[in-house]
Amino acid sequence: MERNFTCTCPAEQTDQMQIYKFSDPAIDITLLEPYLIKYAGTEGSLITVLQKAQDIYGYLPVDLLAYISRRTGIKPAKVMGVVTFYTQFRTKPVGKNLILLCQGTACHVNGSSDIEAAIRDYLKIEEGEISENGLFTYNNVACLGCCSLSPVMMIGDKTYGKLTKDSAVKILKEIAQQEQKEAVE
Amino acid sequence: MKITVGKGSCGIAAGAGEIFSLLEQKAPAGCPVVVTGCIGMCYLEPIVNIETDDKNITFVKVNAEAADEILKYINGEENKASQYIIEREDLDNLNSQQRIALQNCGIIDPENIGEYIAREGYKAAEKCIKELTPEQVIDEIKISGLSGRGGAGFSTAFKWNAARSSKGDKKYVICNADEGDPGAFMDRAVIEGDPHAVIEGMLIAAYAIGADEGIVYVRAEYPLAIIRLELALKQAREKNLLGENIFGCDFCFDIRIKAGAGAFVCGEETALIASLEGERGMPRLKPPFPAEKGFWKKPSNINNVETYSNVPWIIRNGGAAFASMGTENSKGTKVFALTGKIAKGGLVEIPMGKTIYDVVYGVGGGIKDGKKFKAVQMGGPSGGCIPAELIDTMIDYKTLVAAGAMMGSGGMVVMDETTCMVDMARFFLDFTVKESCGKCIHCRIGNQRMLEILDRICDGNGREDDIELLSDLALQIKDGSLCALGQTAPNPVLTTLRYFLNEYEDHIKNKKCTAHQCKALLTYFIDNDKCTGCTLCAKKCPNKAISGEVKKAHSIDMEKCIKCGKCADACRFKAVVVD
Repeated sequence: MERNFTCTCPAEQTDQMQIYKFSDPAIDITLLEPYLIKYAGTEGSLITVLQKAQDIYGYLPVDLLAYISRRTGIKPAKVMGVVTFYTQFRTKPVGKNLILLCQGTACHVNGSSDIEAAIRDYLKIEEGEISENGLFTYNNVACLGCCSLSPVMMIGDKTYGKLTKDSAVKILKEIAQQEQKEAVE
Repeated sequence: MKITVGKGSCGIAAGAGEIFSLLEQKAPAGCPVVVTGCIGMCYLEPIVNIETDDKNITFVKVNAEAADEILKYINGEENKASQYIIEREDLDNLNSQQRIALQNCGIIDPENIGEYIAREGYKAAEKCIKELTPEQVIDEIKISGLSGRGGAGFSTAFKWNAARSSKGDKKYVICNADEGDPGAFMDRAVIEGDPHAVIEGMLIAAYAIGADEGIVYVRAEYPLAIIRLELALKQAREKNLLGENIFGCDFCFDIRIKAGAGAFVCGEETALIASLEGERGMPRLKPPFPAEKGFWKKPSNINNVETYSNVPWIIRNGGAAFASMGTENSKGTKVFALTGKIAKGGLVEIPMGKTIYDVVYGVGGGIKDGKKFKAVQMGGPSGGCIPAELIDTMIDYKTLVAAGAMMGSGGMVVMDETTCMVDMARFFLDFTVKESCGKCIHCRIGNQRMLEILDRICDGNGREDDIELLSDLALQIKDGSLCALGQTAPNPVLTTLRYFLNEYEDHIKNKKCTAHQCKALLTYFIDNDKCTGCTLCAKKCPNKAISGEVKKAHSIDMEKCIKCGKCADACRFKAVVVD
């Protein structure tokens, strides 16, 4: 099913892509181009395009969403509606390590709110913010499905279970040290 | 000899990845190291199994040290591996279960289709496609009495028949793997541990209803499940178990994966379809049911992961064999995710009709740290709690609903005396408020109001008429909401009001939280007899609320105390008392 998008925006043409400026200079729109070509004309693939874009850029700034809207012919309000509906999408950048702190039932019963307090205390940030050194952001998530190891958090693709206030902070300290070491080298 | 390492998400979180690499590096030649999914004994992870010609030994809680001992054992050297061998009791617990949906989980290598086929895999699909008519397949499912394992418990045969009878040139088979219920992980375990069972179940459903396209809607939070499923689909295609002319017959079917984007409401089938179509996942009015007008308005059959994984077994063993297990209105087995304050948490598959006692004190080994059992929450945010006095309640769809809970997808969160039931109700309401799609006013605003009331009760500002107000709102929300999310959202409040009214009254009238969970209702003080005057608590207090001379009993200034609990954590003499 073809979607009708007769948009006259110059950015629609690949050769003029480079002139399209985003507020975040780190955004290289050519990286998203293959997916836009693949999905832009297929009805029902907005979520897939947004997932790819977030995979590439780490977040979905508003001007990028406007661009996706133009390229796909889907109204900006609808794009924004989808982005804000699903918890996976974020419109603000995150720290280098995204901590997903499980707040599922099992984790809640086993004290996940204390773990959150300890992490917040240590990083001095609120949910969704970036720590001062740029290394961490934490988000509360509904359930990571590792209930038997509760309380649990996930950083990158690694899951840490049976957390205590101390062990959670220790894990963050170790990651920070590791990052520092790598930065020096 | 073969070494098998359990590498489900829970095993990996417990360190199975490192153990696997270690064993792989050091295992002697001719001794392959392979992976398997979750066997369900999550409390014993990481689990390593050694299979020789004549025996099978399971080692549990394997750390690096244990792995070394296991290697010594394999090499025939002197070793201390025996201390890591699984206890008899745990093994009995595992063997006492009746496994259908989980029959291959933790046994086969999910990344190797050969192992699934070796255990009669795809035999059921072959039988259906080659020997049975679609009607005969549906009849067999009907005889089995299989009902939807995702929560609603609707008859699977009825759904399949409806989709089959719907006219249309194009039909879809959809697998709901958007396991959003916090505290349930059986679908993740099945996809990670036995992805081909789900594929085969979908294949049979597709044949029965006449579909040629399948979609699995998986939660994005389950990356390993997506990887294993992708691999399984690829292997199935290579063997022409998916694709054109399957089993040489005139039947074509293929499956693709769609990663969800995180919305609990997408577990509702019409919301799931909206999400598949790239929209916001908002439910719509039924009818038309998806069996008539589903994905892209074409007839679609949607079942849950566990439902599909039961199907191959039913075809192989006959519907009657499945129906012989369970109770009058709940047939077969059910997988439960046993978590919370339980000694032996994990996945359990038992025939319907067992009691909650059988699960909690049988397989589950009772309550953690010798505490007292208070209640079990079943059915997640849509369900309710069953209190200790009803522990002999039979597990079956109708009985659970009568008790105020529900089967749901099979999450069983065990609570002990340190769990505050008002706080639990607040926790679930907080969840549904965040997850409400916002379409119905009662759900969007009503639940928000209920949450505010629960917040103020937990904060010590509860009012005399709050209980009445909560009950009234709950009933209105149930009536005024379109989908199951809104209709069931007040359940956690209603069941806690029904069984734990005293806790609500304690919070509101006496300003006390007997479980010591609601911070605003706690008072911290120092036991003069136990305090040694070490000054540690005073140093840790962020608000300088603790004073006292060295080596003399300290005291807490109630005016300044912010009830953070840091003093109690710091005290080595248990002198800080919480009331």
